[in-house]
Amino acid sequence: MLLEGKAWKFGDNIDTDVIIPARYLSTSDPAELARHCMEDADPGFPGKVRPGDIIVGGRNFGCGSSREHAPLAIKGAGVSCVIARTFARIFYRNAFNIGLPILECPAAVDGIRTGDRVAVDTASGTIRNLTTGEEFAAKPIPPFMQEIINSGGLIAYVRRKLT
Amino acid sequence: MGMTITEKVLARAARRDRVAPGELISARVDVVLGNDITAPLAIREFRKIGVDRVFDPERVILVPDHFVPNKDIQSAEQAKEMRDFAREQGLTNYFEIGRMGIEHCLLPEQGLVGPGDVVIGADSHTCTYGALGAFATGVGSTDLAAAMALGETWFKVPASIKFIYEGELPEWVGGKDLILHTIGDIGVEGALYQAMEFTGPAIENLSMDGRFTMANMAIEAGAKNGIIAPDGRTIEYVRGRAQRPYEIFQSDPDAEYARVITYDVSQIEPQVAFPHSPDNTRPVTEAGQVEIDQVVIGSCTNGRLEDLRLAARVLMRHRVHKNVRLIVIPGTQEIYRRAMDEGLLAVFIRAGGAVSTPTCGPCLGGHMGVLARGERAVATTNRNFVGRMGHPESEVYLANPAVAAASAILGRIAHPNEVT
Repeated sequence: MLLEGKAWKFGDNIDTDVIIPARYLSTSDPAELARHCMEDADPGFPGKVRPGDIIVGGRNFGCGSSREHAPLAIKGAGVSCVIARTFARIFYRNAFNIGLPILECPAAVDGIRTGDRVAVDTASGTIRNLTTGEEFAAKPIPPFMQEIINSGGLIAYVRRKLT
Repeated sequence: MGMTITEKVLARAARRDRVAPGELISARVDVVLGNDITAPLAIREFRKIGVDRVFDPERVILVPDHFVPNKDIQSAEQAKEMRDFAREQGLTNYFEIGRMGIEHCLLPEQGLVGPGDVVIGADSHTCTYGALGAFATGVGSTDLAAAMALGETWFKVPASIKFIYEGELPEWVGGKDLILHTIGDIGVEGALYQAMEFTGPAIENLSMDGRFTMANMAIEAGAKNGIIAPDGRTIEYVRGRAQRPYEIFQSDPDAEYARVITYDVSQIEPQVAFPHSPDNTRPVTEAGQVEIDQVVIGSCTNGRLEDLRLAARVLMRHRVHKNVRLIVIPGTQEIYRRAMDEGLLAVFIRAGGAVSTPTCGPCLGGHMGVLARGERAVATTNRNFVGRMGHPESEVYLANPAVAAASAILGRIAHPNEVT
């Protein structure tokens, strides 16, 4: 999968309460959740983000709650991919399960600033900063996770397994 | 090479002799759990799979606890979606308001989880059941949906960190302080993807309620699970409750650990985690003058009977400070009833506190105590992220129930010794 968009950079330990505050969890509609995505970190974010854009986080991105509403809000906002140094483990699973590509790559986090144009090849894990011309190699996605992605997410994977 | 308790529990569930950290395994799950926020999403995903029935109507457990009694029409719709599904599937373990509890207080109390179990729940604090010697971890709604259909899920076997707690606990120091001190030491990502195994003489002397509090907050250090090997106290707790046979596992003496960390608990004071991170801890005596507007005593972390007894012991013969709202939330209907029988609720009410039916409500800024801009709360809950209990410019200070009670009396963060 080839993705390209503008980078939005955030710090370490971006938690699920910041990604989508619990006061909005009376719904699980991605479009509705997207209207409040990241608003406690950057109130203007839902209005600024454009389809294809890429979130760049620091360490432990997505820590806290197990709410799948967090990756759903990000995906609903049109974000094509999240790059971080590390991800919290429940967020990591949830993102794959709902089909939001995420990549761990500390070097890319260091080499990308808000506003840079970034291109990502999820198959190879190659991340290119089109603004600076730098190229980074993300940790490859474990083969088991690739199987889930290739099936089209966890539900499609399970459906295939049961038939 | 020996195995850790986490590896042994996972090996059994994977029907294998042994597993090693880093391996991907497919494991049988003994219990899968959802709540009124996460289950509706899981139910919708479950429908897409194309199976009619859940794998076992006794092992799929649904508990409405987050936004109940329902706070608005939308949350009522979500709770109804879950209730309708529970009826349709004939789930034996669906707990309605008036009989329910906060899920992680309720399941151990009702004997629905036990030693050696593998449990996944669409709630990050599912790791609580590690206190019984189970492998329990939080997942999202889609993982829950798949496990509801299959009765199994996949895991990457985590490496373990062994924590050894030496020495005797000082007065007013309990499980909450040990885990806050630990998170303060290793940080909110200090155990990322790993198992936290709590051991040592201070753990052996810790009550089950204190152990649940510790395992509950393993997620706040990024851990996959927290775990405590069963001992006499564990067996005493599960005897007469367990609704299924259980199996006791212990770590081998030659098990391999990623790290071993030792603490002398006799040097630990009651802890307070300052905004906006559970690892921003300091001893309560170094808190300084922090005036507060609200105190919440409850949650899956500290809503158990021992917690309420501790709070009542401090609040006895005192009044809540005029500028403070005290909200006490027993973790389950059974805890509520026992707290009533023991006269604890009378202490809270006489002191000028409010007592609520069990709910997660204020912990995640849902209802029953949402904070306004600029307000500060001391809470016995588990997270103090930006906006966690309400307005993004409100503040949450995490502490044990005795510190919370003392703070409610004095209107500022306070040590229990200041009022007892």
